[in-house]
Amino acid sequence: MWEKIILFFPELILAVTASQLLLFGVSPKAGRATFVRYIGIAALLIFAFSGFLLGMPSGTAFSGALIVDSYSHFVKLIIGLAAAASLIFSRPYLESENLNKHEYTVLLLYAVLGMSIMASANNLLSVYIGVEMQALALYVMAAFNRDSLRASEAGLKYFVLGALSSGLLLYGLSMIYGFSGSLDFDRIATVIEGGATPGMIVGMVFLLCGLGFKISAAPFHMWTPDVYEGSPTPVTGFFAGAPKFAAMCLIARIVVGPFGGIEDQWQQVIIVFAVLSMFVGAIGALVQTNIKRLMAYSSIANMGYALVPLSAGGEAGVKGMLIFMSIYVITVIGIFACILQMRLRTGMVEDIKDLSGLSKSNKGLAIILSMLMFSVMGIPPLLGFFGKLFAFWPAVEAGLVWLVVLALIASVIGAFYYLRIIKSMWFDDVAHEFVEAPKSLRVTTIICALLVLPALLLPFTAIPVQGFIAQAAASLF
Amino acid sequence: MFENIAILSIITFFPLLVALTLMVISWSAKSQEAKAQIAANSPLVALLVSGVIFLLSLILVFNFDSSTAEFQFTESKAWLGGGIEYRMGVDGISILFVLLTTFLTPLCILASRTSIKERMLEYMVAFLVLETLMIGVFCSLDLILFYLFFEAVLIPMYIIIGVWGGKNRVYASYKFFLYTLLGSVLMLAAIIWLYVYSGQQLGAPTTDMRVLMSKLDIPLGAQTWLWLAFFASFAVKMPMWPVHTWLPDAHVEAPTAGSVILAGILLKLGGYGLLRFSLPLFPDATRDFVPLVFGLSVIAIIYTSLVAYRQRDMKKLIAYSSVAHMGFVTMGIFALNVQGLQGAIFQMLSHGLISGALFFCVGVIYDRMHTREISFYGGLVKHMPVYAAFLLFFTMANVGLPGTSGFVGEILTMVGAYQVNPWVAAGAALGMILSAMYALHLYREVVFGEVTNEKLNGITDMTRTEIMILTPLVVFTLVLGVYPSLVTDITAVSVDALIANMAPSAGVTTLGGR
Repeated sequence: MWEKIILFFPELILAVTASQLLLFGVSPKAGRATFVRYIGIAALLIFAFSGFLLGMPSGTAFSGALIVDSYSHFVKLIIGLAAAASLIFSRPYLESENLNKHEYTVLLLYAVLGMSIMASANNLLSVYIGVEMQALALYVMAAFNRDSLRASEAGLKYFVLGALSSGLLLYGLSMIYGFSGSLDFDRIATVIEGGATPGMIVGMVFLLCGLGFKISAAPFHMWTPDVYEGSPTPVTGFFAGAPKFAAMCLIARIVVGPFGGIEDQWQQVIIVFAVLSMFVGAIGALVQTNIKRLMAYSSIANMGYALVPLSAGGEAGVKGMLIFMSIYVITVIGIFACILQMRLRTGMVEDIKDLSGLSKSNKGLAIILSMLMFSVMGIPPLLGFFGKLFAFWPAVEAGLVWLVVLALIASVIGAFYYLRIIKSMWFDDVAHEFVEAPKSLRVTTIICALLVLPALLLPFTAIPVQGFIAQAAASLF
Repeated sequence: MFENIAILSIITFFPLLVALTLMVISWSAKSQEAKAQIAANSPLVALLVSGVIFLLSLILVFNFDSSTAEFQFTESKAWLGGGIEYRMGVDGISILFVLLTTFLTPLCILASRTSIKERMLEYMVAFLVLETLMIGVFCSLDLILFYLFFEAVLIPMYIIIGVWGGKNRVYASYKFFLYTLLGSVLMLAAIIWLYVYSGQQLGAPTTDMRVLMSKLDIPLGAQTWLWLAFFASFAVKMPMWPVHTWLPDAHVEAPTAGSVILAGILLKLGGYGLLRFSLPLFPDATRDFVPLVFGLSVIAIIYTSLVAYRQRDMKKLIAYSSVAHMGFVTMGIFALNVQGLQGAIFQMLSHGLISGALFFCVGVIYDRMHTREISFYGGLVKHMPVYAAFLLFFTMANVGLPGTSGFVGEILTMVGAYQVNPWVAAGAALGMILSAMYALHLYREVVFGEVTNEKLNGITDMTRTEIMILTPLVVFTLVLGVYPSLVTDITAVSVDALIANMAPSAGVTTLGGR
């Protein structure tokens, strides 16, 4: 009994905290929202480190619906930390925009709960429950600034298109269920070992399309720029990190788990997603002037790069994907923490031009943001380069050299728009004075920046961290 | 002497450490005055540090054992794992480039003290970081480590061109960055392929280039692709015709010291890369591509010399002449014999000194008149006799006058190429004539004739600092010109080993040298 509870302890702590906070926040006392947020952060941190706290338990719960292994521990660690960071950097924005409500924290916790179920899903039903749970919470978060027309539009658009993707997902799930006769991943895997029927493959394609929507892989990326632009900035920062990571890891678990036997089939789908996303992301971003839209295209492109190692399959491929995605999440949180720090007197920074002359008005921030930009561009010696290195290496090993060359060319095209941001900061004259940012934000930014600049620290950290990730990847096989 | 200390790591990372310290100190300074004071003192600190690094690298050269082709002062530390390690070391080919880097950097810093007007601290930090990265490129023995340094150079250079550059700096900085990035990502793909392939062939994947060079056996088909991928990167960096177009823009817009570093060292990264990687790793493909490279080199030498003649901007003229001189380097490298390779290395070192000096010379009058138009000047000899003498010396060295280092490099590469293909050597000889044409044209227009422009009447001759910068360059150009063995003795064994490694079937000329 106790062993089973320990297995879903991370989900339990989120569910209990979120429900209690919802009740607690109802009373309209001032300051409650802030208190709720602190509790939320604490819960997320406990959630993130629960695997370590409980000594890495492993096994299945709910008659095989949820699985707990090194992989799910790692995914939950990153999701929990990313969510906690975005809760931390939300505060000044929410306070200044009059959005400081406890529902924000509660919704975020429910979204993370959904992601956590996705990370542990071992059954088609838990896949669907996890995906829907996080999606519903995210729809509301996108429209959290309900008086803003753009935010409402973003929420609505996200909901309608999200519902469509859920339809695809559900259709795929039901086909797989129909042709395999089981919901369990293990059982499906055994059926596929014995020979996959066309119906199974069609179901698998639908399933991947539904999940492709969640990671905004082209051609299912259409919602991303609008939702990113319309949502409140901290929400966008949250969207760009944890949900992407969770969905990507779910895809990895599904393709190498139940569908491990038909690698040649899903590989084609993933490769199409990867190539389209890389180029749509890289070329689409060229003409953007709004930073949030630009980050949307950037995330589309980065999902494309993350799919490159996955298309190679195998343990090395999953490991490469995990490394790349973790680094991407760190970088993106840093970038949004920077963006949120720059408040003009007239409102938030939205336009690239607003960054003009940042290196003169706030040198420290300019250096950090430039570093993050060079990192996401993939220029050594910053962390982003190592992400790409470890992501592309398994693909080359699997003989997909052409895919890697395409990815590298896309990343050169992509370099242009990151350079534009750096150019605004360093080469142009000062355009605006910024309002001083609160300390909590600065701390987040500096932590991310230090994480991104590991060139000198790598010799000491690289091997243990890699060992952990390798263990996580190995647990899928 | 250096068995117990990681001397290469110290030389490489000390400037970076100082740069970071400078930044932190400036960050923690409370008042604006303190910040201004730190910025004002930063050139002195940078000068001192780069001077110390130069002395250290001199000691390194004196302790270098030139009788062996082995890598010396080697270091090895665990890094990324899986065969990717932190490996440093120098041999006869790379050690002189390290010396060139540490020699030019203090001169650049000295020259920038007066010509840079704003954001002094950031400028010095960028230069110190750049020094670290450039030394790192020449010292790394691991492909991934090499790539890391090679590509990271883009960051400080992009900032230097973009922040302290001329009018059109944004365009130039983008062009520089994207052009070289496109070239080098292809090399990254090839490096990853080599890493994977070494795992399949040797059992354990590695990026140690010593192992890859001696043990890896790559089929010819793959070699061709890999060679092309590496070549794409190095050809852009060199730059070779027809991918040279980023260079004139970058040179024109960069501040004086930026141009010096660009011409003096960054262009050498390409040639060094060819010597270090393309030749030993892909010997068969290299031999197959000799005609292509010869063709491109001769076109580069003749075509860009003609283009240089038509330039109205001094820096552009020198930039095009750099492309032409790099043509000699590629020609020499792909002659694949002792004279050619020795000549190529010599030419790279000598070009580093001479073109660097020429950019300093342009900087001298640019600081005074703020224009680089050739037609603006004329009759400078009347107002600036000392300057005229220095410019004459470096112009002649650029043309390749016997007695200067430029001559030795050009004649050696041509001798090397002649043994393989006399027509190529003939084309290159034509280029030498053309180089005399544009260089003397520049000199006549700027220095001789009547003073037609009234604005020039107030121009003053060189200051003591400027003389101090150019004198060591004169000395080295002369010394290397009359006693080239200083260089060739150090490189000889490594070059012989390189050639022996290239052609195990023997039959390649090993005349001369030693």
